[in-house]
Amino acid sequence: MITVEELVVRYGSATALDGVDLEVGAGEMVALVGPNGAGKSTLVDTLSGVVRPASGRVSTEGRFAHVPEGRQLFGDLSVEDNLRLGAWKVRDRDPRHVYGVLPDLEGLRGRRAGALSGGQQQMVAVGRALMARPDVLAVDELSLGLAPKIVDDLVRHLVRLNREEGMAVLLIEQNARLAFEVCSRAYVLEAGRVVTAGACDELARGSAVARAYLGGGVAP
Amino acid sequence: MIALLAHIVSGLAIGCGFALVGSGLVAVYRVTGVVNFAQGMFAVVGGLCASAFLGAGIWHGAAELLAVAVAAAVGAVTGLLALGRPGTAPMTALIVTLAVGFLAYAVLVAVFGDTPRSTPGLPGMTSLLGVPVRRHHLLVIGVTAVVFLALWLFLTRTYLGKALTACASNPYAARVTGIPVARMAQFAFVLAGVLGGVAGVLVAPLRPMSFDSDVTLIVHGFAAAVLGGLTRPMVALAGGVLLGVVEALVAGYGNAAYQTTVALVVMLAVMIWHAARRPSLHQEVTV
Ligand SMILES: Nc1ncnc2c1ncn2[C@@H]1O[C@H](COP(=O)(O)OP(=O)(O)OP(=O)(O)O)[C@@H](O)[C@H]1O
Ligand SMILES: [Mg+2]
Repeated sequence: MITVEELVVRYGSATALDGVDLEVGAGEMVALVGPNGAGKSTLVDTLSGVVRPASGRVSTEGRFAHVPEGRQLFGDLSVEDNLRLGAWKVRDRDPRHVYGVLPDLEGLRGRRAGALSGGQQQMVAVGRALMARPDVLAVDELSLGLAPKIVDDLVRHLVRLNREEGMAVLLIEQNARLAFEVCSRAYVLEAGRVVTAGACDELARGSAVARAYLGGGVAP
Repeated sequence: MIALLAHIVSGLAIGCGFALVGSGLVAVYRVTGVVNFAQGMFAVVGGLCASAFLGAGIWHGAAELLAVAVAAAVGAVTGLLALGRPGTAPMTALIVTLAVGFLAYAVLVAVFGDTPRSTPGLPGMTSLLGVPVRRHHLLVIGVTAVVFLALWLFLTRTYLGKALTACASNPYAARVTGIPVARMAQFAFVLAGVLGGVAGVLVAPLRPMSFDSDVTLIVHGFAAAVLGGLTRPMVALAGGVLLGVVEALVAGYGNAAYQTTVALVVMLAVMIWHAARRPSLHQEVTV
């Protein structure tokens, strides 16, 4: 669903991505982890077409949607308008199916998005991406600044959409432990390069690099 | 008392022209971050075309609509020149609009000559609360009210209008969600052309128009628009109307030579008061 080949991205003279290969297959849930400034957001921005590759190829199959880092809502518009604008590329702009997945949003539908709490805003950001009825969804920093309970809820929703509707997911997370719990495969990005990739359980057991992102107390 | 009301009505009418030019500036700025210096020229194109079309025997109504269409096309061309190349910085695009405005002088003089032209407008007088007023003044006020109502409904009630606001509110998010931001910017220039064209068509019967009339229009339009941080069309309406009325009162009771100066001083005072009241640089893009 996502194919990235030898991708190089530069901001001016700085190289943010330096020959990255990555693949997400149909129905897969894949984690992308790495330290700050590794180039994770740059990768998904390239998938969205916001950033242009200097060389290499990126392609997505089916409908691609992206929950950007830091929520990035239309603050002056209502929650429902934010959701409906997520459906720009599809004909069905009825947000009911998203209210089904994220029922809290229905009660907030008339509120100005900019006036919501951080967690509520993140729910709107996820809902807005789901409005595009994506075949593949990239989520950039799902857990950033959110209470664990909300993160759990959102992750559960994503897993359900993945299992029940076959939506492929590329999950970018600082919290690698969480990402490894729900994803089958993972890529570890460092300074613009993939340093390790593989099945999550093996990575968690075997790789010192991956272990570094899982924090100290990981039981095998 | 009668004189006062008469001044107010004529001030409202000319202020409507400023408001329309100002809202054209807002339409482009809120989506692109570009101050479109060709905005006054759109109005001049509207006014001069209306005069030419009427001179060619085209009926009232049709001539004016055609003139607005020409202004919209000029808006589209300006947008393509200013932002047609992807990734053009707003500051660069601003300079291009300035250049388009100057280039337009040459074209306008070549096509229409350099003598001011006027159009007949709606003839005759009528009485409002016992005060004799020009019927064209009332027409200008009525048409402007309808245009702003339509603009408000478009921006707040339609999907396309909300997408325009979304581009203004968060261009990055707009691109991420797949809204074609570049095309929306082009659309904003066309909208600006329409608003400018309507202004020109309405003002031409009030003030004879020549190729360089854009200067007064853009100065007043900008003063009106900057009240709302260049992002709020309804504030531009209030600002334009206020400016027109103050000018008419100054001309009526004081010295007509000072009308623009006084109006701009008033505007500056309002801006300073506004800035003191809301010191943050946060930009609102509500309508
Ligand atoms: N708009 C930009 N202009 C210039 N450099 C940029 C820009 N965006 C990102 N960078 C640089 O590119 C590199 C990768 O940044 P990116 O945001 O992709 O990292 P990230 O992995 O998402 O980090 P984080 O975990 O902090 O979100 C960094 O060195 C960053 O400074
Ligand atoms: Mg990031």
